[in-house]
Amino acid sequence: MLKIKNNTKININEIPILQIKDFREEIISLNFRPIGFFGKSSENDSVRLFAVLADDKAGDIYISSTKFSADEKSYECLTKEIPAFHIFEREFYEQFGVEPLNHPWLKPVRINQDKYEFFEMTGEEVHQVAVGPIHAGVIEPGHFRFMCNGETVYHLEIMLGYQHRGIEELMLISPSNQLAESICGDSVIAYNTAYSQIMEILQDVTISDRAQLIRKAALEMERMAIHIGDLGAIAGDIAYLMGASVFGATRTLVINTMLEFCGSRFGRGLICTGGVNYDFTEEKLNQALKTFEKVIKDVERMVNTMLKSSTVMSRLEKTGTISMERAKEAGLVGMAARAAGVELDSRFDFPDKWMSELKIEKKKFKATGDVNARFKLRYKEILQSYSMIKKIFAKLQECKNQDLFTSASNNLSQNSLAISIVEGWRGEVVHIAMTDGNGNLSRYKIKDPSFNNWYGLALAVRNNGVSDFPLCNKSFNLSYSGNDL
Amino acid sequence: MLDTLKSRIFQGKQYIKDIRNASIKEEFRGFPVIKEGECDSSICPTGALKTNPLSIDMGKCTFCGVCERACENIKLSNGFKLSSTDRNKLIITSESDYETYTKSAIEIKESIVKTFGHSLKLRQVSAAGCNGCEMELNACSNVNFDMGRFGIDFVASPRHADGIVITGPLSENMTFALENCYNAVPNPKIVILCGACAISGGIFQNSETLNREFLEKYPVDLYIPGCPVHPLTFINGILSYIH
Repeated sequence: MLKIKNNTKININEIPILQIKDFREEIISLNFRPIGFFGKSSENDSVRLFAVLADDKAGDIYISSTKFSADEKSYECLTKEIPAFHIFEREFYEQFGVEPLNHPWLKPVRINQDKYEFFEMTGEEVHQVAVGPIHAGVIEPGHFRFMCNGETVYHLEIMLGYQHRGIEELMLISPSNQLAESICGDSVIAYNTAYSQIMEILQDVTISDRAQLIRKAALEMERMAIHIGDLGAIAGDIAYLMGASVFGATRTLVINTMLEFCGSRFGRGLICTGGVNYDFTEEKLNQALKTFEKVIKDVERMVNTMLKSSTVMSRLEKTGTISMERAKEAGLVGMAARAAGVELDSRFDFPDKWMSELKIEKKKFKATGDVNARFKLRYKEILQSYSMIKKIFAKLQECKNQDLFTSASNNLSQNSLAISIVEGWRGEVVHIAMTDGNGNLSRYKIKDPSFNNWYGLALAVRNNGVSDFPLCNKSFNLSYSGNDL
Repeated sequence: MLDTLKSRIFQGKQYIKDIRNASIKEEFRGFPVIKEGECDSSICPTGALKTNPLSIDMGKCTFCGVCERACENIKLSNGFKLSSTDRNKLIITSESDYETYTKSAIEIKESIVKTFGHSLKLRQVSAAGCNGCEMELNACSNVNFDMGRFGIDFVASPRHADGIVITGPLSENMTFALENCYNAVPNPKIVILCGACAISGGIFQNSETLNREFLEKYPVDLYIPGCPVHPLTFINGILSYIH
């Protein structure tokens, strides 16, 4: 397999094309985490299958490929050896029709929801609860089916795809920053950063330090805002309305600060290929720091009040637990994985130059894998983001006179593959783009952290009360649109 | 207990007192102010920008600001009362101005005011929305915007609703559920399209996985532009419509 780094490109012709047998063996023997496993149509109706694996300890990415001719329609699945491949193989089968043989559960990912027969348990005491695609609240659509024994959930099946908008195809016809921002509207900065980095790599542009730092600050502001909102949502789901109100109001302060920076509460329009559109002026930075100081005080006070309350703790503790082994096996990523003790954080695993320059270090977290852990981890990450923002803002004052925007030709390098991983608040957002011989995009692959983590939610609710499902769901707060694309 | 009280006292009053006359910071990109002149319309990612005469269709616009940065004839002001009952009125030219727009864009019907003026319960349907509009609609009910004080609420069941609010470009996969939900709402009912995606398909208008037939079958009562729709835009749009 070919070894590369994050935020780099390679010539597609350098990527080895292995026999499927060797391809499988190599993936299994390396045993790294899959972050990309996708097909691309090739000449004579053949399909080239790419595998992108992450060695998180070394900060390396491995890439290889194999080819299926038009009449080769199956291969021996990888899921049985490495379960984390389960969702990737389902997606590949759905998109290209090459069947992974002996896959334990080859159900649809994004299409044909109505044709799928749900897993069913039978027995006198078993009953089903079906919810969705339209849910009770103002949220995105998805269908959940619970197999219950009385109040207890045996098994939850999740069916998604209702949000499918054909993003990967649109990215080839009309790629734009605006489209990247609308893939997953709660992770605008993460998605637009990943997309812009991909385009900059393919255009051979290096953006200024100032633009890099503004993007980085915005990413942490996004993390802070959503995490605070989620603390409020968790509080709301256990009917602790004081928490819902206070966190709701403090989140408003953070996103309104974002609006003052760039005109949008979620940071739309801030980032563009080549840099950023709006400056973080000194006056605005100082104002923002004052606001954040108040935000952090409010959050600290409320979190500590909540954690001291026994009625709160009885709802959070040991609810929706997922063990570290299970989280690893299912291939969970990001915050949900960290709350279960799997230390994955691409900010630290694939660091940019700022992480060492600003002396930002990984914080230890006592992971218990339950809702309580996901609640507390959010709180810790809010504090960490705040300390990062202070450092980034200070650094921004040092590189005052740099350009916000670096222009480049719109020509993309030919026959290239570029990869960019950005740690959004949910976890790693992976963008991979390929170009053809004319420098046009020929494949654009996106992986949201939710793509890995939805199955984690299904595992977490087993043997919990069905009434605790909303709480478990909020504690993960996964994306439908990022998954459905 | 004491801590809870302390938090409560520390928070004070959070709600925006006068929603109708609230203002948004100048940086906000809202109502377009246009001077007749040249502009390269190909820079617009959604085709909202047209020339001869120069116009911006707020039903398509994502308010990304590309045009105002590239062209001196366009400025996106912080005017946030963007809603209209007429799709065509969303197209803004050099002849439009914010004050006239806010006074004339929403046609007030007596029957609507009489039926929904004091209480309007809405069922929101996300038909492939990116979660941007959904987050802002949730924010409408938080302690800052507190939409509930006007008798406007989101409800869980379409049976309890007076209308539906649609976000997202209407994906093929949501066609069945959306129509089902609409049919479950008792008459009289209204349909509100919220955000550029719902109104025109927005940035996704060229996608092959959409199915927007619903909008041909059923009448739309209110268009609320934005990407995403700001809570003040939403609440003021509804208030003007039902009062």
